[in-house]
Amino acid sequence: MSVSTPPTTRHFTERLTLHYDPSLKRNRFNQIATAIAGFFAVVAVIPLFLVIIYVLFQGGRLLSLQLLTELPPAPGLEGGGIGNAILGTIVVTLVASLIAIPVGVGGGVYLSEYAQNGWFSRFVRFGNDVLAGVPSIICGVFIYSLIVATRIFFDQSFSAMAGGIALSVLMLPTVIKTTYEGLLLVPQELRWGAYGVGASRFVTITRITLPAAFTPIATGVVLGIARAAGETAPLIFTALFSPFWPEGLFNPIATMSVLIFNFAIMPYEAQNELAWAASFVLVIMILGANLLARWISRVSRT
Amino acid sequence: MRSTPSTDAFTLRRRPPQEKLVDIGFRQLTLVLAASVGVVLVAIFVTVFSGAKEAMATFGLRFLTTSAWDPVNEDYGALIAIYGTLVTSILSLLIAVPIGLGTAIFITEDLLPRGVRDLIGLMVELLAAIPSVVLGLWAIFVMEPAIRPFLGFLHSTLGWTPFFATAPQGPGTAPAILILVVMVLPIITAISRDALNQVPIELRQGAYGVGTTRWGAIFNVILPAAVSSIMGGVMLSLGRAMGETMAVTMIIGNSLNFSVSLLAPGNTISSMLANQFGEADGIQVSALMYAAVVLMILTFVVNVMAQWIVRRLSLRY
Repeated sequence: MSVSTPPTTRHFTERLTLHYDPSLKRNRFNQIATAIAGFFAVVAVIPLFLVIIYVLFQGGRLLSLQLLTELPPAPGLEGGGIGNAILGTIVVTLVASLIAIPVGVGGGVYLSEYAQNGWFSRFVRFGNDVLAGVPSIICGVFIYSLIVATRIFFDQSFSAMAGGIALSVLMLPTVIKTTYEGLLLVPQELRWGAYGVGASRFVTITRITLPAAFTPIATGVVLGIARAAGETAPLIFTALFSPFWPEGLFNPIATMSVLIFNFAIMPYEAQNELAWAASFVLVIMILGANLLARWISRVSRT
Repeated sequence: MRSTPSTDAFTLRRRPPQEKLVDIGFRQLTLVLAASVGVVLVAIFVTVFSGAKEAMATFGLRFLTTSAWDPVNEDYGALIAIYGTLVTSILSLLIAVPIGLGTAIFITEDLLPRGVRDLIGLMVELLAAIPSVVLGLWAIFVMEPAIRPFLGFLHSTLGWTPFFATAPQGPGTAPAILILVVMVLPIITAISRDALNQVPIELRQGAYGVGTTRWGAIFNVILPAAVSSIMGGVMLSLGRAMGETMAVTMIIGNSLNFSVSLLAPGNTISSMLANQFGEADGIQVSALMYAAVVLMILTFVVNVMAQWIVRRLSLRY
């Protein structure tokens, strides 16, 4: 407790001067921890670069009109293309979308607009999360036992239809979840306004609520389709594979993902190259869909 | 109703019967569609269980602890596949969790300009979009040859432990673990990033206010506040890693002989299903269904646990 004030203040301001001393133990620790986190971030990005670079170079150099329009060659032969597999992936994904989108959007509408948060809606939401966690190979086993083994469609066993249904089981949880969460974001005032001018429940939902939630739903649906297009496990023993052009919905069909799987483990150079080419086309399609989904959500936000 | 305008402006409009019908019909329709989730889920369980009934009766619980897989003598046990599923998924998570969490912290902190951080986040998310069969192809032709010298080094230095006792010879459990790391990394990173972003800014400001450093705040305040979501995300990725099929099937070697060594070819339940289900008949189908039941129970327990953790462990702040 000194009597003269000036020295104390000086002492005080000196103590308060902010200065950063990098050699302090805690600052050292901070630098090391930051470096480790940065290193991990680099490690996490490396695989993407390597995968994309290899797919672009190995697959991209094979790209030609012939590749996109011809049938795969018999084992041991050169040349050929993956035209049937490209068409097949589109067909199977389309079947899956035609089933999963109406069912999923409808289910999401029920959960968000009608459900009273009772046991039923809680059960459906829980079941949806469980269904999202069911391994995709189990979906394949399920559809195989349900449709392929029982030959339910015109006595056909393996079929494009079965593959599409298997993929739709996989897509369903994504569509329901994005619809439900998208609808929850719609302000309650919009619904009240619609009811206020005399719209019925049905008109409110189809003309007001669903269009208002279009962006999140569309984003989720596009991502779901992109994921389904790349799935292989549910297709290996439902859609199977075919070296020919698609022969309708009730016959086995070639898809790019199954083609990659089959041709990657073949001991023939030509087949391996076609696997890379199919990877290229598939990755371009899927990354394109992902960027499209991002673009949808960005455009409508502004 | 519009054709006969009422003289009294305050009379309530009568809803025409077809409008009511559409309303009620639409409600019932969406109800049925929502119920379809439950129907599909129950159908999956019933189908797979009933398919497995024969093998369950024949082999009982012995199926889980024996490693015979002998189609000639019709003797089946799933120990190799169960062991492979657990080992690959757990070890891959042990590698992926620190990397994913570190990346998430790195891109939620303000260490770099916002644009760079968003770009890293975008790239990690795109990695999640690459189909697993493409990753499998890449693993066969690029990754496995590239890491073989490293695995050989592990064998020559740590070969005295049973885990590295065999020489690496192409496909095996170790490359499968690494490709699983690549697959679950984006999930862990995305969930951890969302969890960290949701921690209220006041907590961080409070921590800085009492004089802690950046990493002091991260370790003592932010991570504990986000731990429940992060743990939930980790469990979710564990379920994903257990069920992952294509990339693992293509690189694990699908061996039917039991080996503790990580460098030897192994097997998982899902890759066994992918390889054999199409050509199996008789009791082998049932045995594969039994293995599928085991996989389904494992992923079900893990997923339910993930939801439980998120709900129960979340801190109230």
